[in-house]
Amino acid sequence: MTTTATRPAPHAEATAPTTLTLAKAITAALHDAMAADEKVLLMGEDIGRLGGVFRVTDGLQAAFGEDRVVDTPLAEASILGTAVGLALRGYRPVCEIQFDGFVYPAFSQIVSQLAKMPARLAGAGTVPVVVRIPYGGGIGAVEHHSESPEAYFAHTAGLRVIAPATPQDAYWMLRQALTQPDPVVVMEPKRRYWDKGAVTAGAASLAEAPALHSARVARPVSAERAAAGGAVTVVAYGPTVRVALDAAQAAAEEGVELEVVDLRSLSPLDTGTVVESAQRTGRVVVVHEAPVFLGMGAEVAARVTEAAFHSLEAPVLRVGGFAVPYPAARVEEHYLPDAERLLDAVDRVLAR
Amino acid sequence: MPDAVPAPDAAVQLLDPSGTRREDARWGALVSGVGAEQLRERYRDMALVRRFDAEATALQRQGELALWASGTGQEAAQVGAARALAPQDHVFPTYREHGIAWVRGVDPLQVLSLYRGASHGGWDPRASGFHPYTLVIGAQLPHATGYAMGVQRDGDVATGDPARDTAVLACFGDGASSQGEVSEALNWAAVFRAPVVFFCQNNGWAISSPTSRQFAAPLARRAEGFGVPGVQVDGNDVLAVEAVVREAADRARSGGGPTLVEALTFRVAAHTTSDDSSRYRPREEDELWATRDPLTRVEAHLRATGGADDAFFDAVRAEGDELGARVRRGVREMADPEPLSMFDHAYAGDHPLVAQERAWLEGWIATEPEEAR
Ligand SMILES: Cc1ncc(C[n+]2csc(CCOP(=O)(O)OP(=O)(O)O)c2C)c(N)n1
Repeated sequence: MTTTATRPAPHAEATAPTTLTLAKAITAALHDAMAADEKVLLMGEDIGRLGGVFRVTDGLQAAFGEDRVVDTPLAEASILGTAVGLALRGYRPVCEIQFDGFVYPAFSQIVSQLAKMPARLAGAGTVPVVVRIPYGGGIGAVEHHSESPEAYFAHTAGLRVIAPATPQDAYWMLRQALTQPDPVVVMEPKRRYWDKGAVTAGAASLAEAPALHSARVARPVSAERAAAGGAVTVVAYGPTVRVALDAAQAAAEEGVELEVVDLRSLSPLDTGTVVESAQRTGRVVVVHEAPVFLGMGAEVAARVTEAAFHSLEAPVLRVGGFAVPYPAARVEEHYLPDAERLLDAVDRVLAR
Repeated sequence: MPDAVPAPDAAVQLLDPSGTRREDARWGALVSGVGAEQLRERYRDMALVRRFDAEATALQRQGELALWASGTGQEAAQVGAARALAPQDHVFPTYREHGIAWVRGVDPLQVLSLYRGASHGGWDPRASGFHPYTLVIGAQLPHATGYAMGVQRDGDVATGDPARDTAVLACFGDGASSQGEVSEALNWAAVFRAPVVFFCQNNGWAISSPTSRQFAAPLARRAEGFGVPGVQVDGNDVLAVEAVVREAADRARSGGGPTLVEALTFRVAAHTTSDDSSRYRPREEDELWATRDPLTRVEAHLRATGGADDAFFDAVRAEGDELGARVRRGVREMADPEPLSMFDHAYAGDHPLVAQERAWLEGWIATEPEEAR
């Protein structure tokens, strides 16, 4: 090898919570995972010296060397394809896709190779590749930089798909993804990269972390309040968790309580947490940036309807993107679901 | 024939179609260890693989296999390449690499279980260094390249230890050469000097498309543009293929990076048992290639040089009959997988939805009327 291997920084132990942006929480998770497991390596375009276009891998090449933070040729299919090969050799590659709209050249490798390789191997090997995709809109970008392709991956058996919404979850979920045996697609809410939150890091903190595939009630409504009526469950993930929490604040001023469920994991889906909330409130609205048609909301609506039909006071409604290619940035605010549109759906399930 | 499909005797050749050994100091030196005994072994490999292939074709006709992709005609390319490898080397095959599977010790019945529709392969690549058959054309080339990057990171290149230094053989066809991933992998391996041997079996056809539809200049010439050595070899000459792949694998293991090898060969049968090559392939081409058969020339050479006699060829034939009988019996007795096994390896870790659906199917099967099972 031609590169210099620099000593990894000492492994960070559980620390008191620090305030980090979501992007820096991912940096910390990658750093700690690389320090804990020498088989973890990062691959992607411009992730080394530059630290990635969002600086998520900033400083990691200096800490771990060019063999573990690999600036690759500009070829997404091969970023994924070589990651599959590295995984077969016992490595844990983390692939960074520069922007959501550029994952499609790698789609065949993800769907036909990465996802299916374990079944093909029938137990004779695993391919624990992690694919990080900064996704979603609202950043005023040009075409292909604002998309929400999560449903493609959630629809593909063999993959796990997660979408952290907070810095703490970003840290924990990435660490957890890097210690389990299956391929994981991480949908990173890029417009929330700069949101700050308290993060407890380090290996010991993982004991406090919820299971990777559990949903989280981000804003609970008390059982009594739910029983009194006028409460609605809002299901969100990734960038729309913030939208839902903002809507909840506005609704509360009008006497309507929103219980916000942050899915965290899109596949597998923690149906139990959503259904349990639906059974208490009787009303459910799902919100995501991806087009409503055949999006995650369709699956949530179907599963809630099957499991909690008799508790429902209204049809499950979906709020999200339209059935059009992601529009030019100057009109994206009309495409993206915001608190107003979410509250309109809340009014409709309340028949207000 | 168009320029892109040159005659194999213009490529590296050590045994011509008549079985005459051509003097060639450079390439000959690479197979100096292949004497009469070793050549008999290679003949035996090729003959048994051909027999296995004929048996598989018959089993498909009898309805025992869903499909068969014959490798007949490509035995020298496959056995020669496989014999050039060291035990620690790895192979990323297409779906037609039965000869390489054989040399690497993969159970022929496991190969047939894939074509029967009883599995997706299921042999253990950690035992044989032979990875799963890949049906998406070209997709295995980035896998081979990534695997080779892992080999580099493990420090298993250029140590000088012949039992440690590792090469990766990436197999593909002439049709596959048009796929972007094949060019990507070549370039990628070149950039990182990954220990890969890119091994193209140019068998003249990609289903019904001739190589003239895949490339306008000889494939091996592409190597130069990627900054790697490229060699064109007579793919029906087991000795020449072994020599060329040995040099490429040695280069890879010693840290010299990838090589592109184009083996000129011929797909004797149709693309698969579902195909009819008489609809697109002129009969003269079959007749021409019949004069370049990979087994005939080795037999002629062995007989002419006293390396083997009737007794040897009779024994190989008898062994082929035994293999055929074993394969026939094995396929006919091959049990269908348990239906619930489809859930076993979708994920390595726990997955609640898969567990739930598995339980549902289990219950459904248990309540099905007996005759529907
Ligand atoms: C991506 C993809 N496209 C199409 C096919 C269907 N297909 C199977 S084999 C084949 C021809 C492959 O030709 P070549 O690479 O020359 O290999 P050969 O079959 O001659 O060994 C095609 C088109 C496929 N398996 N994968």
